[in-house]
Amino acid sequence: MTNELIAITVLWGFIFIYAVMATMDFGAGFWSMIYIHRDKANATKIANRYLSPTWEVTNVFIVAIVVALFSFFPGAAFLLGTVLLVPGSIILILLAVRSAFLVFAHVAKEYEKALTYISGITGIIIPALLISVLPITHGEFIDIRKGVPTLDLERFFTSPHAYSFMGFAILSTLFLSSLLLADYSLEAGDGEAYRLYRRNAWITGPLSLLMTGGMMLTMRYEAKWLYDKMMEYWPWLIGSVAMFAAAGIALSLPSSRHPHVRGRPRLAVIAIVIQYFLASYAYGKAHLPYMVYPDVTIESAFTHPDTFRALFASYIVGFLILFPGFVYFWRLFMHDKRYVRPK
Amino acid sequence: MDDVIIARSLFGTTMAFHIIFATLGVGIPIMILLAELLYQKTKDYDYAVMAKRWTKGLAVLLGVAIPSGTIAGVQLSLLWPGFMEVIGKVMSLPFQIEIYAFFIEALFMSIYVYAADRISPLMRIVSVFFVALGASASAILITNVHAFEGTPAGFRIENGEIVDVDPWAAFFNPSFFVTAGHVVLSAYMTGAFVLASIAACQLLRAAQNEQVRRFHQKALKLSLTVGGVFSLLTAINGHESAQLLHQYQPEKLAAAEGLFETQSHAPLAIGGFTDAKTQSVKWAIEIPWALSFLAGNRFDTVVKGLNDFPKEWWPPLFVHTLFNAMVGIGVLLLFLSAAALIWQKWRKRPAFPRWLLYSFVAAGPLAVIGIECGWIFACTGRQPWVIYRMMKTEEAVTQTGNLAVLFALFVSIYILLSIAVVLVLRYYFRRHPVADELRKPPNEGTLPV
Ligand code: HDD
Ligand code: HEM
Ligand code: HEM
Repeated sequence: MTNELIAITVLWGFIFIYAVMATMDFGAGFWSMIYIHRDKANATKIANRYLSPTWEVTNVFIVAIVVALFSFFPGAAFLLGTVLLVPGSIILILLAVRSAFLVFAHVAKEYEKALTYISGITGIIIPALLISVLPITHGEFIDIRKGVPTLDLERFFTSPHAYSFMGFAILSTLFLSSLLLADYSLEAGDGEAYRLYRRNAWITGPLSLLMTGGMMLTMRYEAKWLYDKMMEYWPWLIGSVAMFAAAGIALSLPSSRHPHVRGRPRLAVIAIVIQYFLASYAYGKAHLPYMVYPDVTIESAFTHPDTFRALFASYIVGFLILFPGFVYFWRLFMHDKRYVRPK
Repeated sequence: MDDVIIARSLFGTTMAFHIIFATLGVGIPIMILLAELLYQKTKDYDYAVMAKRWTKGLAVLLGVAIPSGTIAGVQLSLLWPGFMEVIGKVMSLPFQIEIYAFFIEALFMSIYVYAADRISPLMRIVSVFFVALGASASAILITNVHAFEGTPAGFRIENGEIVDVDPWAAFFNPSFFVTAGHVVLSAYMTGAFVLASIAACQLLRAAQNEQVRRFHQKALKLSLTVGGVFSLLTAINGHESAQLLHQYQPEKLAAAEGLFETQSHAPLAIGGFTDAKTQSVKWAIEIPWALSFLAGNRFDTVVKGLNDFPKEWWPPLFVHTLFNAMVGIGVLLLFLSAAALIWQKWRKRPAFPRWLLYSFVAAGPLAVIGIECGWIFACTGRQPWVIYRMMKTEEAVTQTGNLAVLFALFVSIYILLSIAVVLVLRYYFRRHPVADELRKPPNEGTLPV
């Protein structure tokens, strides 16, 4: 593997982890808002119990993405920084409101409802804006005027391609988070919340798959180069759809450990994560070598080789230091019955 | 040109907002750690309550520190893409390592807050320790980028190309240790004084039971001690910072002191306003020879004046006021902690008189003002450079327009968050008075947060 490929793989890995963690994070915030008025099923409590300790860690990943981007590919920093100024600023503002009000809602119990609404609604818009960075990198909305790159906002906001990405982001946020919360509810032994979240997953899952169809369709017209190259990776795409089906089956099987409920959500979560992995691998691979089509490639944007080596060494050391911390964190919040299932 | 000014104002406002919460996020964990250690040592339940309440406050503050920091980090790339291109090639290590520090802080903060009742006292102390370590490390690392802007190293620019890159030489640039030390020490000092202000405020309120008074007295004593120690260290280290300026950014020191003519036995100007027309600092108190001594530890040290530099390289002259304010506050707070110490040791009085309490109330806000003045001095005093003698600020700025609208949007968000955070903190601590928490039996073993 070349240095460029290693770097883009690391970056892609961060984006993938963030995509999974963030959809769960934003989705959990949304569901905790939806059920706040009639929380017989403890659905809000369960969502919050997942959300409280994790949002801070999730947020670090978005920072890690930005840092990995400009440190591995500083040549992309100029173009991306310039064209993303407006969408990026809007994301930042929403993210600030969302995170702050999430924390405030836990502290100021009397105003919890209003504050939860603010963080829930802003939280569901953010994924749509975040994902819109992808169609922007397909190049069709960027003009170079007098040597200055600009984002054509009008073309962007009238593009079906952009909207299909946004719709996909919202639906898969809802889908992935319902699935995860279903698993978390079952772990907590809460049958009623489990049934609620399982039902939500049944509804949003097929819808999000439908949206991916929409994405491919619009891509065919608006980013033909990418569409053609993605089709070369068709086995990955087929595999991805197969994992989706596998998740559906896992949700229908009788549970081994819980006799009175249907479904094995842990299996379904794993299948869906693999589904997203396969699909985004195909997408990422097809996107190469372009970071921003057609102006910036991973070679043209790459950092200085000595800097890359130093960064890479720091990644290894950082991973070794952090790994035990992540394991400890996981054990305390995802695995410890005293936390997941309080008396 | 206009866009450069708006971009600078926008970024400066973001940083000025972030730094309040960030500094407290660096300073308060140290205080929590000390309270936890004191609790384990003395078994005095007051300290457990102290740690718990400070943690609650910290959690709320981090709710603003983290998103505003995220804004800062991303805005750096959005507003200064030219700068970030250089940073990416040369100075990305500190950013990268900072991510690990953020992870450590975020993981252990969640563990400390949400798992406090399930982990052993030792693990609890280990967790706060890691929170404090993560916060301090992130401050040190981000400050390193700032240090690099003032004393760049590890690369050259040749015909617009970046050559001779040495990332570790950039990382260990000449002002790294002193500057990072100054930021961390001043953050510890500020965290302590802000908590001292709160305790003093509570002690000034009438009609409280004895138990509550004792609680606040302990909190005040602890935070004044820590604040005093760190204000001394900050001042000593600040002196070194000034000597670094003398060595590496002489026109910044000249602007800070309003010195126009290069001279030995240079005087130190305190207060007043620098006037470019008369080439003097109007209405200042001058201490003869002092500047030379401060800059090089000898009265015959030659200090460079502004006239030695082309006028377009001059930093804005008002930085003199910012510098004076920072140093003045540092000296004032040092005296204040000394006064507290003397009062307690020599007068052998258990309680402070009201006038002294009132001045403790001012200590926290003053320290925060000191931080703001110090930073605005350091960043504005670097103008017109974003990387000293390497890259001008206007070469680094984004080419996109629309900045004015964004500026307005961000400012409104900062105002909204400021109001909300004050309301939430007030609401929480009104609802959960100390008296209630002190009344709880200490036999619960661990403290639920
Ligand atoms: C409570 C806060 C506080 C206090 C009391 C002081 N400082 Fe400070 N100072 C800072 C907070 C700060 C800071 C905000 O942390 C800065 C801004 C940039 C930096 O590196 O640290 C800073 C910068 C800074 C610089 C500029 C470094 C540069 O531009 O690269 C100098 C020369 C000093 N300080 C010197 C002093 C002296 C001589 C002090 C005497 C008491 C002092 N500071 C007290
Ligand atoms: C946190 C406290 C900080 C405050 C209050 C602050 C304040 C400011 C202000 C007021 C400006 C505008 C300067 C002017 O135009 O006159 C500025 C610019 C800038 N600062 Fe800082 N700053 C802080 C920390 C940092 C740090 C840690 C870095 C390094 C990563 C940094 C990097 C920059 C850059 C790149 C600019 C824009 C270019 C320039 O104007 O030179 N700042 N900052
Ligand atoms: C010297 C001034 C600064 C200090 C002392 C400081 C310190 C801090 C602290 C204590 C936090 C909370 C960390 C956490 O809980 O995870 C934080 C957050 C953050 N800061 Fe600053 N910061 C400073 C300047 C900056 C600058 C200039 C940037 C931009 C480059 C920045 C970027 C960030 C980011 C991205 C976060 C959010 C991290 C997360 O997602 O957890 N900071 N900072």
